[in-house]
Amino acid sequence: MRCLPAGAHALLVELDDGEQAAALHAELLRRRGAGELRATEIVPAARTVLLDGLDDPAALAARLPGWQPPPVAAADGALTEIPVRYDGPDLPEVAAHWGLTPRAAALLHAKTVFRVAFCGFAPGFGYLTGLPERYAVPRRADPRTAVPAGAVGLAGPYTGVYPRSSPGGWQLIGTAECVLWDAQRSPAALLAPGMRVRFVPRYLPPGEER
Amino acid sequence: MSDRALSVVRAGALTTVQDRGRAGHAHLGVPRSGALDAPAAALANRLVGNPAGAAVLETTLDGCALRPRGTVLAAVTGAPCPVRVDGRPVAWGAPVRVPAGALLDLGRVTAGVRSYVSFAGGVAVDPVLASRSTDLLSGLGPAPLTDGAVLPLGPAGTAPPPRGFAAQPAPPAELLLRARPGPRADWFTPAALALLGRARYRVSAASNRIGLRTEGPPLRRALTGELPSEGLVLGAVQVPPDGRPVVFLADHPTTGGYPVAAVVDTADLAAAAQAVPGTPVRFLMAQGA
Repeated sequence: MRCLPAGAHALLVELDDGEQAAALHAELLRRRGAGELRATEIVPAARTVLLDGLDDPAALAARLPGWQPPPVAAADGALTEIPVRYDGPDLPEVAAHWGLTPRAAALLHAKTVFRVAFCGFAPGFGYLTGLPERYAVPRRADPRTAVPAGAVGLAGPYTGVYPRSSPGGWQLIGTAECVLWDAQRSPAALLAPGMRVRFVPRYLPPGEER
Repeated sequence: MSDRALSVVRAGALTTVQDRGRAGHAHLGVPRSGALDAPAAALANRLVGNPAGAAVLETTLDGCALRPRGTVLAAVTGAPCPVRVDGRPVAWGAPVRVPAGALLDLGRVTAGVRSYVSFAGGVAVDPVLASRSTDLLSGLGPAPLTDGAVLPLGPAGTAPPPRGFAAQPAPPAELLLRARPGPRADWFTPAALALLGRARYRVSAASNRIGLRTEGPPLRRALTGELPSEGLVLGAVQVPPDGRPVVFLADHPTTGGYPVAAVVDTADLAAAAQAVPGTPVRFLMAQGA
């Protein structure tokens, strides 16, 4: 664990990997909930957690290494199901990358339990981890100027669902049949860091299941 | 509609609704947003008897013109500009009574970038995540003003507003940004960090509510790899591949993948909001800390 300076009221805590970041994030939320920590923002990312709105970052940096948060257990976190049609234009390419048929690739994705590692890029856009490392895929060489809202994409180790139409370079494998972000809804964001997510197939391409 | 409303007669180049923003949602990818020159917005509210968190309008360089349906107390702060009611000059930086149906016109700024205009009762558009701020990065909150739009006003309070002028800092002739080393200072060569504290930059015309962009000597990196995305704070001095520092302002993204070399004290960001393109910029680096 490394505590990095981030201005007069913030601290960027760097961990060795995403699992450690998830564990620290859960611990920070627990301590804030219990009134042991005052922070305006607790923002997890790929392998860091940012704390902002701190009274005394240096004092917290001195306390943090002693906390030793337990690892996040597989069953921790609320489970959200996202209905999805596996009809994305890049599904054949992703399947080929994995050495599977499009149908088998979709089934592999649908049987994975993901976790929202962090959010960013746009309100309600979650970076979901859970696929084994060997299934990481490159971003598209030619990003699309408009990815439709609800598009389910893959990039690197992550799965994400576009909350609204935007440019994007992720490989699109499907279409979610739910609203990821609605400012008038409470909560506005369907996904928040730490939640578990399962994609429930509403459409699978025909073909072999291998 | 009630007379607690304003018609937008001239929206100006970019006029947005702003309050203190929506901090606390960065973990969902929601930028903080809020008035760029926060002290000026707070003063505008104080001058009309509003609480500090009431929503005001933030203009950009060429002001705007508004016609309240009912008589309302207004105040203009921030970047100085001529203020007129039905063509008659009135005070900048002081409460002004605008009669029902009269035209309140904020002209082009004479210095600085952003003027703020408050109305007793505040601009009462529907809040999003407890804020009425327009966020130009993510599109949350009300759209920027357009000619002919109508904005609701809230009920005016009963607190008597202060009388007379209020002192305001002049927009900076040179922007001095106190900063301390950032989380990724070690991604830069010692020479680059020394340069950041010594070089004279200029405010780039590409600056906006997301960030103050600079022109000047590029900062060389000691590490060239890719940095996984990580959380960003207000005032973060991020260095993109072209090496020119960007100081993140209220509409900054919540995470980013370019290294942050330094963090500017938030107290100095109000001046950054008022620095016109071409203004010299210097980073005053705290030692150690």
